[in-house]
Amino acid sequence: MKALKALLLTLCCALVVVPFVGIVATSLSTREQIVREGGFVIIPDQITFAAYEALFTGGVVPRAVGVSVFITAVGTALSLTTTTLLAYGLSRPGSLGHRPVLTLVVGALLFTPGIIPGYLTVSTLGLLDSYWAVILPAVVSAFNVVILRAFFMEIPAELVESARIDGAGDWQILTRIVLPLSKAVLSVIGLFYAVGYWNAFFTALLYLNDAAKWPVQLVLRTYVVNQQQLGVDQVGAGSLPPQEALQMAILVISIVPILLVYPFVQRHFTKGVLVGAVKG
Amino acid sequence: MLLLATVPGLAVLLTFHYLPLLGNVIAFQDFQPYLGILHSPWNGWTNFEVLTSGDPQFVTALGNTLVIMLLQIGVVFTVPIALALLLDSLVTERWKRIVQTVLYLPHFLSWVIVVSIFNELLGGSGPLNTFLRRHDLATFDIVGNAAVFQELVTGQVLWKEAGWAMILFLAALSRIDPELYEASSVDGAGKARQLWHITLPGLRSVIVLLLILRLGDALTVGFEQILLQQQAVGVDASEVLDTYVYNHGVVMGDWGVSAAVGLVKGLVGVVLVLGANKLAHAFGEPGLYQRSPR
Repeated sequence: MKALKALLLTLCCALVVVPFVGIVATSLSTREQIVREGGFVIIPDQITFAAYEALFTGGVVPRAVGVSVFITAVGTALSLTTTTLLAYGLSRPGSLGHRPVLTLVVGALLFTPGIIPGYLTVSTLGLLDSYWAVILPAVVSAFNVVILRAFFMEIPAELVESARIDGAGDWQILTRIVLPLSKAVLSVIGLFYAVGYWNAFFTALLYLNDAAKWPVQLVLRTYVVNQQQLGVDQVGAGSLPPQEALQMAILVISIVPILLVYPFVQRHFTKGVLVGAVKG
Repeated sequence: MLLLATVPGLAVLLTFHYLPLLGNVIAFQDFQPYLGILHSPWNGWTNFEVLTSGDPQFVTALGNTLVIMLLQIGVVFTVPIALALLLDSLVTERWKRIVQTVLYLPHFLSWVIVVSIFNELLGGSGPLNTFLRRHDLATFDIVGNAAVFQELVTGQVLWKEAGWAMILFLAALSRIDPELYEASSVDGAGKARQLWHITLPGLRSVIVLLLILRLGDALTVGFEQILLQQQAVGVDASEVLDTYVYNHGVVMGDWGVSAAVGLVKGLVGVVLVLGANKLAHAFGEPGLYQRSPR
């Protein structure tokens, strides 16, 4: 029984791990081996970085990575700032304007605007084909505001009171007391935002018509999901590595940032943020 | 002073959340982009007729949405609970951590990545079919096959989200008082009885909570996911309400009708959440939120 359970779980893990291994392996394989194994390699006999070299010498991928990094960095910074301020402003029940503002935040959780009105708003504001169209609508997640607010409210009132008696204002209380105590929850929320911006696909599809402005996800859709061939115009190199290797390499490039931040998410939130959120 | 801190965030919510909500008025207009919301002619409930007139494209979209929704609610609740129970019964903490870490990784990948991975693995030239072909076996036509599209989509959701949902159930399992198990085994309860009388009731609040949340999105079945694969399988098998709104509105320019469909879909979601929450209260569950005591 025990062995069967262990076997089942191992199988589930394999379903996740094996595809990753295969993608990385294929991206590093030679043309001969890819052809021999029918397009997908699990264990490369010889490792070559030709696909990555070709992708990074020029063409669509470096530009797309630059765009994605820009959107992710600017978006996450804006999101963290506004979310923190909003959650802090709502962390003391009974303060001026507390109730209506809270209602607006919770209302945003419940009522999501449709695709069409969202599109019309962005185009009316003249944001089409601007990176801000991808960033601004995603800046505040009401869900994150609610989580962060709950966390701020659990900071002992005595701490805040004693600081106030020592003459600290709201701003100083935020920067000297509240923020240092909230590093863990802020890093998790920041990572949630960052992953969201990095993964943004539909907003980019909807708002960025100019192919020169495409982030990684749109490049991935065009050349991997839709199987458009990568030619010499799309990669910098003179001689083309096999399409399969190029496609897998683009996939790897889009996954690596997620894998890099994953250990941090993992460390903090299984016990902290998430469980707190479930308890409400 | 505190109110001042909320201004930037509130400005974003008002501009990109509440302003579009108002923009839903175009559902009652014969909207023309060059005339704008202010000058487009009003046409009452005309746009909503598509909902009741038996328009074949709308009926297809609604039908597909409902089928996929049922498939997903079926597996997305049972498999993660089974996984959590399985994992919880394995003793060593270290193994638990490793398995968890692996299983919820796909949650953080975008749909573009997930669809790419599925295409590469299960497609005609992927390792599965290459293997079958080499051994002279019949190949599976999975990617781009309209007949199995809804199952494929459900499988993708399972791969991406099962591990993530599992964590919530694991957290709930860890809060069940171990003394309950000890006491019941002293009373002679077997594993099956413990599962039924202790474990599942312990999970009830989380199950109810997740069900309410899912109901709010009941009519939202994998918009990005399906849009990415629509080209390959065709509209008949893959059109759902969200893609209908996108295709008819943004792509074909039938703004009023698609806004009407989107509006009704959104309202149904809100009604379902509020209704389910009320029902949960009636059964003595905390649900998603409670009226604060002030």
